[in-house]
Amino acid sequence: MNGGHDLGGMQALGPINAEVDEPVFHATWEKRVFALCLAAGFLGKWNIDIGRHARERQHPADYIANSYYENWFAGLLTQLQESQLVSSRELNTGVSEAPATDVRVLPAAKVVETLTKGGPVHMEVGHEPTFTPGARVRVINAHPPGHTRVPRYIRDRVGVVRTHYGAHVYPDRSAEGVKEGQHVYSVQFGARELWGNSAPENNSVFVDVWDNHLEFA
Amino acid sequence: MSHDHSHDHTEPPSDMELRVRSLETLMVDKGLVDPAALDALIDMYENQIGPRNGAKVVARAWTDAAYKQRLLDTPSEAITEMGFVGRQGEHMKVVENTTDLHNVVVCTLCSCYPWPVLGLPPVWYKSAPYRSRVVIDPRAVLREFGTEIADDVEVRVWDSTSEMRFMVLPQRPGGTDELNEAELEALVSRNSMIGVERAKPNNR
Repeated sequence: MNGGHDLGGMQALGPINAEVDEPVFHATWEKRVFALCLAAGFLGKWNIDIGRHARERQHPADYIANSYYENWFAGLLTQLQESQLVSSRELNTGVSEAPATDVRVLPAAKVVETLTKGGPVHMEVGHEPTFTPGARVRVINAHPPGHTRVPRYIRDRVGVVRTHYGAHVYPDRSAEGVKEGQHVYSVQFGARELWGNSAPENNSVFVDVWDNHLEFA
Repeated sequence: MSHDHSHDHTEPPSDMELRVRSLETLMVDKGLVDPAALDALIDMYENQIGPRNGAKVVARAWTDAAYKQRLLDTPSEAITEMGFVGRQGEHMKVVENTTDLHNVVVCTLCSCYPWPVLGLPPVWYKSAPYRSRVVIDPRAVLREFGTEIADDVEVRVWDSTSEMRFMVLPQRPGGTDELNEAELEALVSRNSMIGVERAKPNNR
């Protein structure tokens, strides 16, 4: 989706203004949103790609104007309703009308173990990678309406495969709830290919791209 | 975006504070979250995991050539060896800054960041200005962080579009031959492992 989240190359967004000695969280509600999103992610109702897509589907003006954890909060509200864990009436009143069923709740005693274990995305796909390091590849010019991890600024651009990472969960399908593996590569794009001849010749961007977004150039 | 700390905390809670509190209450009442688990998650990422982990990895790589090689060749295993594992660090890649090459990391599409070694990302890393500009004009962005890169130094930007997570191995500052691992660790800032700054000079 060509949403407000796909920011690479956008201009006029102002200075970066990095804060010195920044705290991890800037308000209590940020901590709670962070933890609510993480904990709810273990309910078994959605995966990380569905979560990302819920945030990306906001109106671009909202996505850009919101602070980071406001976007997480907005995504969480969407996910809770779409997965029918919470009704809009419950959200409006704040009153639970029925306890949740068929969920696995992350217990406090399992937090450290679960987060330390993480969730690797490697998969076996049973076929060889299409591209090998050194291959010249073009990113196909596609604008899928759903979730994708192909940023706009590399579409239809030519790069060189530098590393094959193996097969990982394919996000475009994962965001639809389908777990499917696909080979993924680190592809190097010269800055002039991406941004034109005014870019320095010795700048480049490395982007990870899945098999079916690439063709031989 | 940044929270204004000039107010005193006797003011009424903000709109977001109230909305989040209301949602948390609802989710607890519905049995969707264990409130103690929320506290444990916050403690883990606010107090236990942070960029000092990554600094230990870097200081060891600076002092142990065999470890450095493992870190570059098999980064996930080499970092696991130090005990820094888990969510958002399952698949690691470490890129080395040298005299001729400067690497810098971003996630243009969201906020992907190697949590086990660097903790949660700072606001600027997740912000639209950084995400938009570092891919199109990395040298100007680095300059904004006070990092001047000579024209003949190659610049590579790593956009975290997959579940691979990137950490920069900053160049060891000159004049640090006498420092031990703990002293070196103090020179490794979070920003130097994202790549927007260099490691701090030795001011001893």
